[in-house]
Amino acid sequence: MPADALKCKECSTTYPLDARYVCERCFGPLEVAYRAPDASPEELKRRIQAGPHTLWRYADFLPLEGAAKSELPTGWTPLVKADRLAARLGLRELYIKNETANPTHSFKDRVVSVALARAKELGFTTIACASTGNLANAVSAHAAAAGLESYVLIPADLEQEKILATGAYGTNVVAIKGNYDAVNRLCTEIAGERPWAFVNVNLRPYYAEGSKTLAFETAEQLGWEMPDRVVAPIASGSLFTKVARGFQEFIDAGLLSGELPAFNGAQALGCSPVATAFANGTDVCRPVKPDTIAKSLAIGNPADGPYAVELARATKGGIDSVTDDEIRAGIRLLAETTGIFTETAGGVTTAVLAKLAERGDIGADERVVAYITGDGLKTLDTVKGTFEVTEIAPSIDEFDAAFAPDEVTV
Amino acid sequence: MAITVKLPTQLRDAAGGATSASVEAGTVGEALEALYAEHGELRGRLSDDGGGLRRFVNVYIGGEDIRFLEGLDTPVSDGDELTILPAVAGG
Repeated sequence: MPADALKCKECSTTYPLDARYVCERCFGPLEVAYRAPDASPEELKRRIQAGPHTLWRYADFLPLEGAAKSELPTGWTPLVKADRLAARLGLRELYIKNETANPTHSFKDRVVSVALARAKELGFTTIACASTGNLANAVSAHAAAAGLESYVLIPADLEQEKILATGAYGTNVVAIKGNYDAVNRLCTEIAGERPWAFVNVNLRPYYAEGSKTLAFETAEQLGWEMPDRVVAPIASGSLFTKVARGFQEFIDAGLLSGELPAFNGAQALGCSPVATAFANGTDVCRPVKPDTIAKSLAIGNPADGPYAVELARATKGGIDSVTDDEIRAGIRLLAETTGIFTETAGGVTTAVLAKLAERGDIGADERVVAYITGDGLKTLDTVKGTFEVTEIAPSIDEFDAAFAPDEVTV
Repeated sequence: MAITVKLPTQLRDAAGGATSASVEAGTVGEALEALYAEHGELRGRLSDDGGGLRRFVNVYIGGEDIRFLEGLDTPVSDGDELTILPAVAGG
Protein backbone atom coordinates (compact mmCIF):
# COMPACT_ATOMS: atom_id res chain seq x y z
CA MET A 1 0.00 0.00 0.00
CA PRO A 2 2.52 2.58 -1.13
CA ALA A 3 2.38 6.09 0.28
CA ASP A 4 1.08 8.47 -2.33
CA ALA A 5 1.16 12.02 -0.96
CA LEU A 6 0.68 14.19 2.07
CA LYS A 7 -2.94 15.27 2.20
CA CYS A 8 -4.62 18.02 4.24
CA LYS A 9 -7.20 16.59 6.65
CA GLU A 10 -9.22 19.79 6.37
CA CYS A 11 -9.23 20.80 2.68
CA SER A 12 -7.69 17.72 0.96
CA THR A 13 -4.91 19.69 -0.78
CA THR A 14 -2.05 17.30 -1.56
CA TYR A 15 1.71 17.78 -1.24
CA PRO A 16 4.79 15.68 -2.02
CA LEU A 17 6.08 13.29 0.65
CA ASP A 18 8.71 15.63 2.11
CA ALA A 19 9.30 17.24 5.51
CA ARG A 20 6.16 19.29 5.95
CA TYR A 21 3.18 19.08 8.28
CA VAL A 22 0.90 22.04 7.64
CA CYS A 23 -1.37 22.84 4.72
CA GLU A 24 -0.27 26.17 3.29
CA ARG A 25 -3.81 26.97 2.20
CA CYS A 26 -5.70 26.47 5.47
CA PHE A 27 -3.12 25.53 8.13
CA GLY A 28 -4.78 22.11 8.56
CA PRO A 29 -2.69 19.07 9.50
CA LEU A 30 -1.20 16.92 6.75
CA GLU A 31 -1.60 13.16 6.83
CA VAL A 32 -0.01 10.44 4.71
CA ALA A 33 -2.33 9.19 1.94
CA TYR A 34 -1.84 5.75 0.37
CA ARG A 35 -2.80 4.09 -2.88
CA ALA A 36 -5.09 1.07 -2.61
CA PRO A 37 -3.22 -2.10 -1.55
CA ASP A 38 -1.38 -3.81 -4.39
CA ALA A 39 -2.03 -7.27 -3.00
CA SER A 40 -4.91 -9.52 -1.92
CA PRO A 41 -5.76 -9.80 1.78
CA GLU A 42 -4.21 -13.28 1.81
CA GLU A 43 -0.97 -12.00 0.30
CA LEU A 44 -0.85 -9.03 2.71
CA LYS A 45 -1.41 -11.34 5.65
CA ARG A 46 1.28 -13.70 4.42
CA ARG A 47 3.76 -10.81 4.13
CA ILE A 48 2.94 -9.59 7.63
CA GLN A 49 3.30 -13.04 9.16
CA ALA A 50 6.63 -13.58 7.40
CA GLY A 51 7.94 -10.24 8.73
CA PRO A 52 10.09 -9.53 11.77
CA HIS A 53 8.67 -9.41 15.29
CA THR A 54 8.82 -5.62 15.26
CA LEU A 55 6.55 -2.89 13.92
CA TRP A 56 8.22 -3.31 10.53
CA ARG A 57 6.12 -6.42 9.90
CA TYR A 58 3.49 -3.82 8.87
CA ALA A 59 5.79 -2.07 6.39
CA ASP A 60 3.09 -2.36 3.72
CA PHE A 61 1.07 0.15 5.77
CA LEU A 62 3.88 2.57 6.64
CA PRO A 63 5.18 5.56 4.66
CA LEU A 64 8.72 4.50 3.75
CA GLU A 65 10.25 4.14 0.31
CA GLY A 66 12.96 1.62 1.05
CA ALA A 67 13.28 -1.45 3.21
CA ALA A 68 12.15 -0.60 6.71
CA LYS A 69 14.58 -1.35 9.49
CA SER A 70 15.90 0.30 12.61
CA GLU A 71 18.82 -0.26 14.92
CA LEU A 72 16.60 -0.43 17.99
CA PRO A 73 13.90 -3.05 17.37
CA THR A 74 10.49 -1.79 18.52
CA GLY A 75 6.96 -3.07 18.83
CA TRP A 76 5.32 -6.51 18.89
CA THR A 77 4.65 -5.89 22.57
CA PRO A 78 2.56 -8.32 24.63
CA LEU A 79 -1.22 -8.20 24.55
CA VAL A 80 -1.87 -9.50 28.05
CA LYS A 81 -5.20 -11.10 28.93
CA ALA A 82 -5.97 -9.38 32.21
CA ASP A 83 -8.40 -11.81 33.87
CA ARG A 84 -7.79 -10.63 37.44
CA LEU A 85 -8.34 -6.98 36.52
CA ALA A 86 -11.42 -7.97 34.47
CA ALA A 87 -12.85 -9.85 37.46
CA ARG A 88 -12.20 -6.86 39.72
CA LEU A 89 -14.05 -4.58 37.31
CA GLY A 90 -16.81 -7.03 36.42
CA LEU A 91 -15.76 -7.27 32.76
CA ARG A 92 -15.90 -10.37 30.60
CA GLU A 93 -12.80 -10.07 28.45
CA LEU A 94 -10.05 -7.51 28.97
CA TYR A 95 -6.60 -7.16 27.44
CA ILE A 96 -3.75 -4.83 28.27
CA LYS A 97 -1.48 -3.77 25.42
CA ASN A 98 1.74 -3.49 27.38
CA GLU A 99 3.81 -0.75 25.76
CA THR A 100 6.27 -0.65 28.66
CA ALA A 101 7.94 -3.54 26.80
CA ASN A 102 9.41 -1.23 24.14
CA PRO A 103 13.15 -0.33 24.12
CA THR A 104 12.69 2.95 26.01
CA HIS A 105 9.58 1.71 27.81
CA SER A 106 6.82 3.63 26.06
CA PHE A 107 4.84 3.64 22.81
CA LYS A 108 6.97 6.58 21.65
CA ASP A 109 9.51 4.10 20.28
CA ARG A 110 6.98 3.33 17.55
CA VAL A 111 6.43 6.86 16.32
CA VAL A 112 10.14 7.66 16.53
CA SER A 113 11.04 4.52 14.57
CA VAL A 114 8.90 5.64 11.66
CA ALA A 115 9.86 9.33 11.83
CA LEU A 116 13.57 8.59 12.08
CA ALA A 117 13.49 6.10 9.21
CA ARG A 118 11.72 8.67 7.04
CA ALA A 119 14.08 11.45 8.20
CA LYS A 120 17.04 9.34 7.04
CA GLU A 121 15.38 8.77 3.66
CA LEU A 122 14.93 12.53 3.34
CA GLY A 123 18.61 13.12 4.13
CA PHE A 124 18.39 14.64 7.64
CA THR A 125 21.33 14.12 10.00
CA THR A 126 19.92 15.84 13.10
CA ILE A 127 16.78 14.67 14.89
CA ALA A 128 14.85 16.74 17.41
CA CYS A 129 11.58 16.86 19.33
CA ALA A 130 9.32 18.72 21.73
CA SER A 131 8.65 16.26 24.52
CA THR A 132 6.83 15.62 27.78
CA GLY A 133 9.49 13.01 28.55
CA ASN A 134 8.75 9.69 26.89
CA LEU A 135 9.44 11.09 23.45
CA ALA A 136 12.72 12.58 24.68
CA ASN A 137 13.78 9.13 25.86
CA ALA A 138 12.88 7.57 22.53
CA VAL A 139 14.42 10.23 20.30
CA SER A 140 17.72 10.24 22.17
CA ALA A 141 17.95 6.44 22.20
CA HIS A 142 17.00 5.88 18.57
CA ALA A 143 19.26 8.74 17.42
CA ALA A 144 22.16 7.24 19.38
CA ALA A 145 21.54 3.81 17.87
CA ALA A 146 21.42 5.30 14.38
CA GLY A 147 24.45 7.55 14.92
CA LEU A 148 22.53 10.79 14.41
CA GLU A 149 22.86 14.08 16.29
CA SER A 150 19.84 14.88 18.47
CA TYR A 151 18.23 17.71 20.41
CA VAL A 152 15.38 17.16 22.84
CA LEU A 153 13.42 20.08 24.20
CA ILE A 154 11.46 19.46 27.41
CA PRO A 155 9.66 21.48 30.08
CA ALA A 156 12.19 22.20 32.87
CA ASP A 157 9.90 20.74 35.58
CA LEU A 158 9.81 17.23 34.07
CA GLU A 159 10.25 14.13 36.26
CA GLN A 160 13.92 13.50 37.12
CA GLU A 161 13.67 9.90 35.89
CA LYS A 162 12.75 11.06 32.39
CA ILE A 163 15.50 13.68 32.26
CA LEU A 164 18.14 11.23 33.49
CA ALA A 165 17.02 8.46 31.16
CA THR A 166 17.31 10.90 28.27
CA GLY A 167 20.67 12.47 29.05
CA ALA A 168 22.19 9.02 29.45
CA TYR A 169 22.15 8.58 25.66
CA GLY A 170 24.39 11.58 25.02
CA THR A 171 21.79 13.81 23.44
CA ASN A 172 21.50 17.61 23.80
CA VAL A 173 18.92 18.05 26.56
CA VAL A 174 17.35 21.52 26.46
CA ALA A 175 15.09 22.32 29.43
CA ILE A 176 12.67 25.15 28.70
CA LYS A 177 11.36 27.40 31.46
CA GLY A 178 7.72 26.90 30.59
CA ASN A 179 5.09 24.21 30.08
CA TYR A 180 4.90 21.74 27.21
CA ASP A 181 2.85 24.10 25.07
CA ALA A 182 5.62 26.69 25.34
CA VAL A 183 8.17 24.04 24.36
CA ASN A 184 6.00 23.11 21.41
CA ARG A 185 5.70 26.72 20.28
CA LEU A 186 9.46 27.17 20.46
CA CYS A 187 10.07 23.97 18.50
CA THR A 188 7.60 25.09 15.83
CA GLU A 189 9.64 28.28 15.46
CA ILE A 190 13.01 26.48 15.44
CA ALA A 191 11.75 23.93 12.92
CA GLY A 192 11.14 26.78 10.50
CA GLU A 193 14.72 28.01 10.80
CA ARG A 194 16.98 24.94 11.22
CA PRO A 195 17.46 22.05 8.78
CA TRP A 196 16.49 19.50 11.42
CA ALA A 197 13.96 16.70 11.52
CA PHE A 198 11.65 17.54 14.42
CA VAL A 199 9.87 14.22 14.69
CA ASN A 200 6.64 15.75 15.99
CA VAL A 201 6.75 19.00 14.05
CA ASN A 202 7.95 18.90 10.43
CA LEU A 203 8.05 15.06 10.40
CA ARG A 204 4.76 14.74 12.25
CA PRO A 205 2.77 13.12 9.41
CA TYR A 206 5.25 10.21 9.35
CA TYR A 207 5.68 10.10 13.12
CA ALA A 208 1.93 9.82 13.69
CA GLU A 209 1.73 6.81 11.36
CA GLY A 210 3.75 4.81 13.89
CA SER A 211 0.79 4.70 16.27
CA LYS A 212 -1.26 2.75 13.72
CA THR A 213 0.93 -0.25 14.49
CA LEU A 214 -0.75 -0.45 17.93
CA ALA A 215 -3.99 -1.30 16.14
CA PHE A 216 -2.31 -3.66 13.65
CA GLU A 217 -0.67 -5.65 16.45
CA THR A 218 -3.82 -5.72 18.54
CA ALA A 219 -5.82 -7.14 15.64
CA GLU A 220 -3.19 -9.72 14.74
CA GLN A 221 -2.73 -10.76 18.37
CA LEU A 222 -6.50 -11.22 18.71
CA GLY A 223 -6.43 -13.62 15.75
CA TRP A 224 -7.32 -11.01 13.10
CA GLU A 225 -10.24 -9.62 15.02
CA MET A 226 -11.01 -6.25 16.56
CA PRO A 227 -11.97 -5.53 20.14
CA ASP A 228 -15.44 -4.10 20.82
CA ARG A 229 -13.97 -1.19 22.74
CA VAL A 230 -10.60 0.44 23.25
CA VAL A 231 -9.52 2.69 26.08
CA ALA A 232 -6.52 4.91 25.34
CA PRO A 233 -4.98 8.07 26.73
CA ILE A 234 -5.31 11.43 24.98
CA ALA A 235 -2.56 14.05 25.10
CA SER A 236 -2.40 15.58 21.60
CA GLY A 237 -4.97 13.03 20.39
CA SER A 238 -2.58 11.59 17.82
CA LEU A 239 -2.31 8.06 19.24
CA PHE A 240 -6.06 7.91 19.87
CA THR A 241 -7.01 8.83 16.31
CA LYS A 242 -4.26 6.81 14.65
CA VAL A 243 -5.27 3.60 16.42
CA ALA A 244 -8.66 4.05 14.77
CA ARG A 245 -7.04 4.72 11.44
CA GLY A 246 -5.00 1.53 11.83
CA PHE A 247 -8.10 -0.60 12.33
CA GLN A 248 -9.80 1.19 9.42
CA GLU A 249 -6.89 0.53 7.06
CA PHE A 250 -6.98 -3.18 7.92
CA ILE A 251 -10.75 -3.18 7.28
CA ASP A 252 -10.25 -1.41 3.94
CA ALA A 253 -7.52 -3.87 2.95
CA GLY A 254 -9.80 -6.82 3.69
CA LEU A 255 -7.77 -8.02 6.68
CA LEU A 256 -10.54 -7.34 9.20
CA SER A 257 -14.31 -7.25 9.00
CA GLY A 258 -16.82 -5.34 11.02
CA GLU A 259 -17.15 -1.85 12.45
CA LEU A 260 -14.59 0.22 14.33
CA PRO A 261 -14.57 -0.43 18.08
CA ALA A 262 -16.01 2.17 20.46
CA PHE A 263 -13.20 4.60 21.30
CA ASN A 264 -12.91 5.81 24.88
CA GLY A 265 -10.33 8.50 25.55
CA ALA A 266 -8.69 9.15 28.90
CA GLN A 267 -7.45 12.49 30.22
CA ALA A 268 -6.30 13.84 33.56
CA LEU A 269 -8.76 16.30 35.08
CA GLY A 270 -5.91 18.80 35.46
CA CYS A 271 -5.44 18.83 31.69
CA SER A 272 -8.69 17.84 30.03
CA PRO A 273 -9.40 20.16 27.09
CA VAL A 274 -10.57 17.26 24.90
CA ALA A 275 -12.79 15.68 27.57
CA THR A 276 -14.31 19.11 28.20
CA ALA A 277 -15.02 19.64 24.49
CA PHE A 278 -16.63 16.20 24.32
CA ALA A 279 -18.79 16.92 27.36
CA ASN A 280 -19.84 20.28 25.91
CA GLY A 281 -20.86 18.74 22.60
CA THR A 282 -18.36 20.76 20.58
CA ASP A 283 -15.14 19.86 18.80
CA VAL A 284 -13.49 23.16 19.77
CA CYS A 285 -10.86 22.32 22.37
CA ARG A 286 -10.23 25.46 24.40
CA PRO A 287 -6.60 25.40 25.50
CA VAL A 288 -5.84 25.02 29.22
CA LYS A 289 -2.84 25.49 31.52
CA PRO A 290 -2.07 21.94 32.69
CA ASP A 291 -1.87 21.08 36.39
CA THR A 292 -1.65 17.31 36.85
CA ILE A 293 0.74 14.57 37.94
CA ALA A 294 0.21 13.00 34.51
CA LYS A 295 2.91 15.09 32.88
CA SER A 296 3.21 12.89 29.81
CA LEU A 297 -0.40 13.83 29.01
CA ALA A 298 -0.04 17.50 29.95
CA ILE A 299 -0.71 19.09 26.58
CA GLY A 300 -3.04 22.04 27.08
CA ASN A 301 -3.32 22.82 23.39
CA PRO A 302 -3.90 19.43 21.70
CA ALA A 303 -3.22 19.38 17.96
CA ASP A 304 -5.58 16.49 17.17
CA GLY A 305 -8.17 17.36 19.80
CA PRO A 306 -11.02 18.06 17.35
CA TYR A 307 -10.45 14.76 15.55
CA ALA A 308 -10.34 12.87 18.86
CA VAL A 309 -13.73 14.33 19.82
CA GLU A 310 -15.18 13.41 16.41
CA LEU A 311 -13.87 9.84 16.71
CA ALA A 312 -15.26 9.29 20.22
CA ARG A 313 -18.62 10.59 19.07
CA ALA A 314 -18.72 8.66 15.78
CA THR A 315 -17.88 5.33 17.45
CA LYS A 316 -20.28 5.87 20.40
CA GLY A 317 -17.38 5.92 22.80
CA GLY A 318 -16.54 8.86 25.02
CA ILE A 319 -13.80 10.90 26.67
CA ASP A 320 -13.49 11.00 30.44
CA SER A 321 -11.14 12.65 32.90
CA VAL A 322 -9.89 11.50 36.30
CA THR A 323 -8.35 13.20 39.33
CA ASP A 324 -4.75 12.83 40.48
CA ASP A 325 -5.93 10.54 43.32
CA GLU A 326 -7.81 8.38 40.85
CA ILE A 327 -4.64 8.25 38.71
CA ARG A 328 -2.61 6.96 41.69
CA ALA A 329 -5.33 4.40 42.42
CA GLY A 330 -5.29 3.37 38.76
CA ILE A 331 -1.54 2.75 38.84
CA ARG A 332 -2.02 0.59 41.94
CA LEU A 333 -5.01 -1.29 40.53
CA LEU A 334 -3.17 -2.23 37.34
CA ALA A 335 0.00 -3.22 39.20
CA GLU A 336 -1.71 -5.43 41.78
CA THR A 337 -3.94 -7.23 39.30
CA THR A 338 -1.66 -7.62 36.26
CA GLY A 339 1.94 -7.20 37.46
CA ILE A 340 2.34 -4.27 35.07
CA PHE A 341 3.69 -1.11 36.68
CA THR A 342 2.69 1.89 34.61
CA GLU A 343 3.49 5.56 34.71
CA THR A 344 0.87 8.19 35.36
CA ALA A 345 -0.54 8.08 31.80
CA GLY A 346 -1.35 4.38 32.31
CA GLY A 347 -2.90 5.33 35.64
CA VAL A 348 -5.17 7.72 33.76
CA THR A 349 -6.15 4.99 31.30
CA THR A 350 -6.77 2.40 34.01
CA ALA A 351 -8.76 4.87 36.11
CA VAL A 352 -10.97 5.75 33.15
CA LEU A 353 -11.44 2.04 32.39
CA ALA A 354 -12.54 1.52 36.01
CA LYS A 355 -14.87 4.50 35.79
CA LEU A 356 -16.51 3.17 32.60
CA ALA A 357 -16.95 -0.25 34.22
CA GLU A 358 -18.43 1.26 37.39
CA ARG A 359 -20.82 3.40 35.40
CA GLY A 360 -22.04 0.39 33.46
CA ASP A 361 -20.87 1.82 30.13
CA ILE A 362 -19.20 -1.45 29.12
CA GLY A 363 -21.55 -4.19 27.92
CA ALA A 364 -21.50 -7.63 29.56
CA ASP A 365 -20.39 -9.32 26.36
CA GLU A 366 -17.69 -6.84 25.33
CA ARG A 367 -14.05 -7.50 24.57
CA VAL A 368 -12.00 -4.51 25.73
CA VAL A 369 -8.40 -3.49 25.04
CA ALA A 370 -6.67 -0.83 27.16
CA TYR A 371 -3.45 0.77 25.95
CA ILE A 372 -0.84 1.13 28.69
CA THR A 373 1.60 3.48 27.04
CA GLY A 374 4.49 3.91 29.49
CA ASP A 375 6.47 2.46 32.39
CA GLY A 376 6.04 3.22 36.10
CA LEU A 377 9.79 3.48 36.61
CA LYS A 378 9.57 6.86 34.86
CA THR A 379 7.26 8.45 37.43
CA LEU A 380 8.39 6.85 40.69
CA ASP A 381 7.47 9.86 42.82
CA THR A 382 3.78 9.17 42.36
CA VAL A 383 3.94 5.85 44.26
CA LYS A 384 5.97 7.23 47.16
CA GLY A 385 4.02 6.91 50.40
CA THR A 386 1.41 4.58 48.88
CA PHE A 387 2.70 1.51 50.76
CA GLU A 388 4.62 0.63 53.92
CA VAL A 389 8.08 -0.89 54.22
CA THR A 390 8.73 -3.10 57.25
CA GLU A 391 12.25 -2.52 58.54
CA ILE A 392 13.77 -5.06 60.97
CA ALA A 393 17.16 -6.29 62.18
CA PRO A 394 18.51 -9.45 60.46
CA SER A 395 16.88 -11.60 63.13
CA ILE A 396 14.38 -14.44 62.78
CA ASP A 397 12.69 -13.33 66.00
CA GLU A 398 12.08 -9.85 64.65
CA PHE A 399 10.81 -11.34 61.42
CA ASP A 400 8.40 -13.62 63.30
CA ALA A 401 7.31 -10.65 65.41
CA ALA A 402 6.46 -8.67 62.30
CA PHE A 403 4.96 -11.59 60.34
CA ALA A 404 3.54 -14.14 62.75
CA PRO A 405 4.14 -17.74 61.60
CA ASP A 406 1.09 -19.88 60.83
CA GLU A 407 -0.16 -22.09 63.66
CA VAL A 408 0.20 -25.19 61.53
CA THR A 409 3.58 -25.72 59.86
CA VAL A 410 4.29 -28.20 57.11
CA MET B 1 0.72 51.35 18.26
CA ALA B 2 3.49 49.99 16.06
CA ILE B 3 3.83 46.24 16.46
CA THR B 4 5.74 43.48 14.68
CA VAL B 5 3.95 40.45 13.24
CA LYS B 6 6.20 37.41 12.84
CA LEU B 7 5.21 35.12 10.00
CA PRO B 8 5.77 31.35 9.99
CA THR B 9 7.64 29.79 7.07
CA GLN B 10 4.35 28.42 5.67
CA LEU B 11 3.05 31.97 5.06
CA ARG B 12 6.14 33.67 3.74
CA ASP B 13 5.54 32.82 0.06
CA ALA B 14 2.16 34.51 0.28
CA ALA B 15 3.78 37.57 1.84
CA GLY B 16 6.34 38.11 -0.88
CA GLY B 17 9.02 36.30 1.10
CA ALA B 18 8.74 38.56 4.16
CA THR B 19 9.53 36.98 7.55
CA SER B 20 7.69 39.69 9.46
CA ALA B 21 5.58 42.80 8.97
CA SER B 22 5.31 46.08 10.88
CA VAL B 23 1.74 47.26 11.40
CA GLU B 24 -0.18 49.94 13.30
CA ALA B 25 -2.94 48.54 15.51
CA GLY B 26 -4.68 48.76 18.88
CA THR B 27 -5.79 45.12 19.12
CA VAL B 28 -4.71 41.72 17.80
CA GLY B 29 -7.68 41.75 15.40
CA GLU B 30 -6.68 45.15 14.02
CA ALA B 31 -3.10 43.97 13.63
CA LEU B 32 -4.28 41.02 11.54
CA GLU B 33 -6.52 43.30 9.44
CA ALA B 34 -3.54 45.57 8.81
CA LEU B 35 -1.51 42.51 7.83
CA TYR B 36 -4.23 41.39 5.37
CA ALA B 37 -4.31 44.92 3.92
CA GLU B 38 -0.62 44.61 3.17
CA HIS B 39 -0.67 40.96 2.03
CA GLY B 40 -4.16 40.16 0.75
CA GLU B 41 -3.51 36.46 0.22
CA LEU B 42 -3.04 35.87 3.95
CA ARG B 43 -6.69 36.53 4.84
CA GLY B 44 -8.02 33.35 3.27
CA ARG B 45 -5.31 31.28 4.84
CA LEU B 46 -5.74 32.47 8.41
CA SER B 47 -9.29 33.64 8.71
CA ASP B 48 -12.52 31.59 8.49
CA ASP B 49 -15.77 32.70 6.88
CA GLY B 50 -17.03 34.32 10.06
CA GLY B 51 -13.98 36.54 10.47
CA GLY B 52 -12.49 34.41 13.26
CA LEU B 53 -9.25 32.48 13.04
CA ARG B 54 -9.21 29.08 11.36
CA ARG B 55 -9.11 26.25 13.92
CA PHE B 56 -5.49 25.26 13.34
CA VAL B 57 -4.05 28.77 13.58
CA ASN B 58 -2.43 29.87 16.85
CA VAL B 59 -1.68 33.53 17.58
CA TYR B 60 0.56 34.64 20.43
CA ILE B 61 1.20 38.08 21.82
CA GLY B 62 4.36 38.40 23.87
CA GLY B 63 4.54 34.59 23.93
CA GLU B 64 1.00 34.09 25.35
CA ASP B 65 -1.75 32.35 23.36
CA ILE B 66 -4.44 34.98 22.70
CA ARG B 67 -7.12 32.47 23.74
CA PHE B 68 -5.86 32.93 27.32
CA LEU B 69 -6.26 36.69 26.83
CA GLU B 70 -9.13 38.40 25.06
CA GLY B 71 -8.77 36.68 21.71
CA LEU B 72 -8.85 39.03 18.72
CA ASP B 73 -9.90 41.86 21.07
CA THR B 74 -6.67 41.58 23.08
CA PRO B 75 -5.10 45.05 23.26
CA VAL B 76 -1.54 45.47 22.00
CA SER B 77 1.13 47.92 23.12
CA ASP B 78 3.83 49.74 21.22
CA GLY B 79 6.68 47.39 20.40
CA ASP B 80 4.69 44.15 21.03
CA GLU B 81 5.54 41.09 19.00
CA LEU B 82 2.67 39.07 17.55
CA THR B 83 3.54 35.52 16.41
CA ILE B 84 1.42 33.40 14.09
CA LEU B 85 2.12 29.65 14.19
CA PRO B 86 0.50 26.43 12.98
CA ALA B 87 -1.35 24.60 15.77
CA VAL B 88 -0.73 21.07 14.61
CA ALA B 89 2.68 20.39 16.15
CA GLY B 90 3.47 18.16 19.08
CA GLY B 91 2.12 15.20 20.95
